[in-house]
Amino acid sequence: MTEVPLLELKDLHVGFRADRKKIVPAVVGASLTVYAGQTVAIVGESGSGKSTTAHAIIDLLPGQGVVTGGEILFEGQDITKARKDAILALRGSSIGLVPQDPMSNLNPLWKVGAQIKEALVANGVAKGKAADARVVELLEEAGLPDAARRALQYPHEFSGGMRQRALIAMGLAARPKLLIADEPTSALDVTVQKQILDHLDQLTDHLGVAVLFITHDLGLAAERANHLVVMYKGAVVESGPALDVLKSPQHPYTERLVSSAPSLASRRLTSARAEVREQAIQTATEIATELVAEEEHVGEAPKHVIVTENLTKVFTLRGSRPGSSVDFTAVDDVSFKLRRGTTTAVVGESGSGKSTLARMVLDLLEPTSGRVLFDDVDVRTLKGKKQLQLRRQMQPVFQNPYASLDPLYSIYQSIEEPMRTHDIGTKKERETKIRDLLDKVSLPSSIMQRFPSELSGGQRQRVAIARALALDPEVVICDEAVSALDVLVQAQILTLLNDLQAELGLSYLFITHDLAVVRQIADDVLVMKEGKVVESASVTQVFDDPQEDYTKKLLDAIPGGSIQLSA
Amino acid sequence: MPDSTNVSRARPGQERFVAPLDETPLQAVDAIDVSAVPESQWKEAWKRLRKAPLFWASALIIFVLAVVIVFPGLFTNVDPNYKQLSESFNPPRDGHPFGFNQQGGDVWARTLYGARASVAVGVITTLLVAVVGIVTGAIAGFYGGWLDTIISRLSDIFLSIPLLLAAIVVISVVNNLLPDRGFWVAVTVVVLALGLFAWPQITRQMRGAVLEVKNLEFVDAATAIGATRLKNLVRHIVPNALAPVIVTSTISLGIFIVAESALSFLGLGLPSNVVSWGNDLSDAQNQVRSGTHMVVMWVPATALALTVLGFILLGEAVREALDPKARKS
Repeated sequence: MTEVPLLELKDLHVGFRADRKKIVPAVVGASLTVYAGQTVAIVGESGSGKSTTAHAIIDLLPGQGVVTGGEILFEGQDITKARKDAILALRGSSIGLVPQDPMSNLNPLWKVGAQIKEALVANGVAKGKAADARVVELLEEAGLPDAARRALQYPHEFSGGMRQRALIAMGLAARPKLLIADEPTSALDVTVQKQILDHLDQLTDHLGVAVLFITHDLGLAAERANHLVVMYKGAVVESGPALDVLKSPQHPYTERLVSSAPSLASRRLTSARAEVREQAIQTATEIATELVAEEEHVGEAPKHVIVTENLTKVFTLRGSRPGSSVDFTAVDDVSFKLRRGTTTAVVGESGSGKSTLARMVLDLLEPTSGRVLFDDVDVRTLKGKKQLQLRRQMQPVFQNPYASLDPLYSIYQSIEEPMRTHDIGTKKERETKIRDLLDKVSLPSSIMQRFPSELSGGQRQRVAIARALALDPEVVICDEAVSALDVLVQAQILTLLNDLQAELGLSYLFITHDLAVVRQIADDVLVMKEGKVVESASVTQVFDDPQEDYTKKLLDAIPGGSIQLSA
Repeated sequence: MPDSTNVSRARPGQERFVAPLDETPLQAVDAIDVSAVPESQWKEAWKRLRKAPLFWASALIIFVLAVVIVFPGLFTNVDPNYKQLSESFNPPRDGHPFGFNQQGGDVWARTLYGARASVAVGVITTLLVAVVGIVTGAIAGFYGGWLDTIISRLSDIFLSIPLLLAAIVVISVVNNLLPDRGFWVAVTVVVLALGLFAWPQITRQMRGAVLEVKNLEFVDAATAIGATRLKNLVRHIVPNALAPVIVTSTISLGIFIVAESALSFLGLGLPSNVVSWGNDLSDAQNQVRSGTHMVVMWVPATALALTVLGFILLGEAVREALDPKARKS
C-alpha cells in the first residue's frame, strides 16, 4: 500500500520576470515531499529560494513571480494548473500560513479578534456569534492568556510574541491539513521563540497538522522537523531525515552549514578558540610591556582596560497626560570590568538595556549616574584633545550593515575618514594603511572605489571593522555586529574578529542577543535583564553551571542546543 | 523532538538525497564580484535617469530653453523692444512668424527674449529658497530644542500665508517706495518677495530628512571617530538628506516662473518696460476679452506652459531616479 503524500513538489521551477523577455530563475528544480502530520523544514540562507518555494505552494508569489515548470501536488492534485478559485478554496481551509514578520502582518486598524474572525468567515467555518466564540477558543489554543479580552484589543497592544500567537491562531483557524510557517519566530527573542515553537509543536501534533517550516537556522530546523530539505541557490542540495542530515552531511554546502551553525558548532569551536586566546593574551602582554618601555611614567598599564562603576541611565518618557513624565531606567547599576586583550559579551533580550550600555561606554550617551573608566580615567572628564585621544582607542562596530556606512562615501573615503579626522599621515600613507586594513579584513583592495550599496551585508560589516581598526584602537565595541548576517557569513566575521584579536591584541565588548555566538567569541559573560546584570561570570561557568534561572532559560532556548552530535 | 527515523524507514519521496556537486557548484561564502565598476549613488541615479523617457523629454525642453536664453539672436533678427504703431496687429510675414502685437512689437521676438526674465526669476528664487530652506531645515532638525521650535513655528506662520497673495502685498509696498526700477532691481524685488514666503516648504522637508538621517548608525560611527557635531552635520547628514529637497526644488522652479508671470500679469512683477512673458500676457488681456488676435496671447502662454512642463517633468524624473526603493541594496 502506498500512502499518498499530502504535498509533493516535483522539479519545481520558479522565476521572477525582470522584463518582458527575461525571467530570472529563483527556484531551480526543487523537489520535496510532506506526509500528513509531519514536520518538514526547508533550511537555507537568504536568497536560497526557500520562501519563494513556500509562497509558490499557495500561489502567493509576489507580482513578478511565475512558476515556470514542474508540479505542485496537493493530495495528488496539481495546483500549478488549477484555476484561481480552486486555489482560493485551498488557502486557509487546506493550507494555512504563518507569515514571517508579526509586526507587519496584522492590520493595525482592526481588532485582533476581528482579523481572526475574518479568516473563519472567509473559509465558511463559522459566522456571527459562533465565530466570535471560536475566535476566543482559537486564541486560547494558541496560548494567549485572557483571550476573550485580548480578542478585542488592537495589534499595537500586543507584543511581538503575542502577535505571532494571533497569527498562528489565524493560520490554524480553518483547521488546515498543512501549515506553512515562514520563519515564524525570526523576529522574536529566543525565549519567546522557544515558547511559541513548543506550543506550535504541541498544537500541530494534537491536531495532526503537517508543518512546512521555513528557517535559516539549522539548529532550529533539526530540533523541530522530522525531515530536512537544504536549499542553496534555488536548488535542493540535500534532503533526508533531520538527524541523519545533521550528523553526516554529504553535500559540501550542508557540511558548511553544520559547521557554521553557532548553536551546533559552539561546543566544538572552543578548542580552536583556546589557542587563539593564548596568543591574544601573549600579544596583549607584549603590547603592555612595550607601552611600559615607551612611556616610563605610566608604569604598568592597568589590567582592566574598561571598568564601569554603578552605571545607570534613566530616560524620561512622556507620560499619558500632557506635561507628565515617566522615568524609565534602561540601565540599572551596572558594574563590570573588561580585561585587556579579552572579550566580554553582554547578552540580553531586546529591551534589556545592552545597547544603551554600549553607547554609554562609547561616550555617545551621558550616564545618569556612575562612571566609565578607560585605563583608569573617567571618560566624561575628558574634553577636547583628550577626548579625541580616547575616541582613537575605542571604536564601535554597529549592528545594521546597511546603515553603518555613509551611502555617499566610497569604501576608501569611509575608511580614510577616521584618519583624516585625527590628521594621521599623508595621503600616500593613508592609502597604504587602507590597503593594509582591507587586507586584514580579507577584502580585495580593488573595492576601494566602490560604494556601500554595491557590497553585501557581510562585506559592509568588514568595511565597518576596517574603519574601526583604522585608528589602531585598543577596544572595539561590537553592538550586535553579526546579528543581521546569514550564519555562514556570521561565522566568517566571527572568525575574522577572533583572528584580529589575536593579531592586534584587541579587547572586545561584544553586545549580542545570541548566546550561541557568545560561546564562540567571549571570555567573560554579562547576562542582562531589564537593565540589570543578573549574572556575570566566565564563559565556561555560564554555560556549564549557570547560577540564575534566567540564564538557564536563555541557554535552554538556544535552538538546537539540546541536540547532541555524536562527533 | 524528532523520532529516530532512520534511512530504511524513510517514506517514498523522503529518501536521503544529495545533489551532485556539479549541479550546484559551491561558491565561496560572501564572494565579491571584483569585476564590477564602482558606482556612487549619484552616478547610479544618473544611470536610471538616462533610461527615463520623461527625463529626455524634459531635457529637450530645457536645452532648447537654454539656447533661446543664451542666443535669442539665432531665432530672430528683430529687436524685441522695437515697436511701430503702424504695425499694430499686422499678420505674420517673412521674419515675423507670429505677426505683431497691439503696440506693433514682434510677438515671436518678444517671446524669445522674454524667456530671460522669466527663467532668471525662477532660477534665482529657487536657489535662494533652497539655500535658506536647507540651512534652516538642517539646523532645526539637527539641533532640535528651542532652535527647532522657533524655526518650525516661523515656517508654520509663513506657510499659512498664500504665496501669491503675500507676494502681491510685499511687492505693492516696495513698488510704492521704489517707483523707478531697473531690470535687476525689479528681478530682485520679485525674487525676495517670492522667496520670503516659499522657504518653509524646503525647510520642513529638510528638517524631516535630517531627523531621519541623524539617527542612522554611520552618524554615531562618525561621532565615535571623533568628528564634531558640525562636521557630522555638514559631511554626513546634509548630503544624505538632500535628495527630496532637490526634487522639490526642481518642481518649484516651474512654479516660481508661473508666479512671476502671474505677478507681471497683474502689473506687479517686472516693470512693463522689461520684456517678459508675464508682461506680454498682461498686454494680451484685451485680446482675450475681445477674442481677436489671440495669437499675441497664445505664443507667450505656450512658451510659459512648455517651460513649466519641462521643469515639472524633470522633477518627476529626478524623483524616480532618486527613489530609495529603486536603489539596489
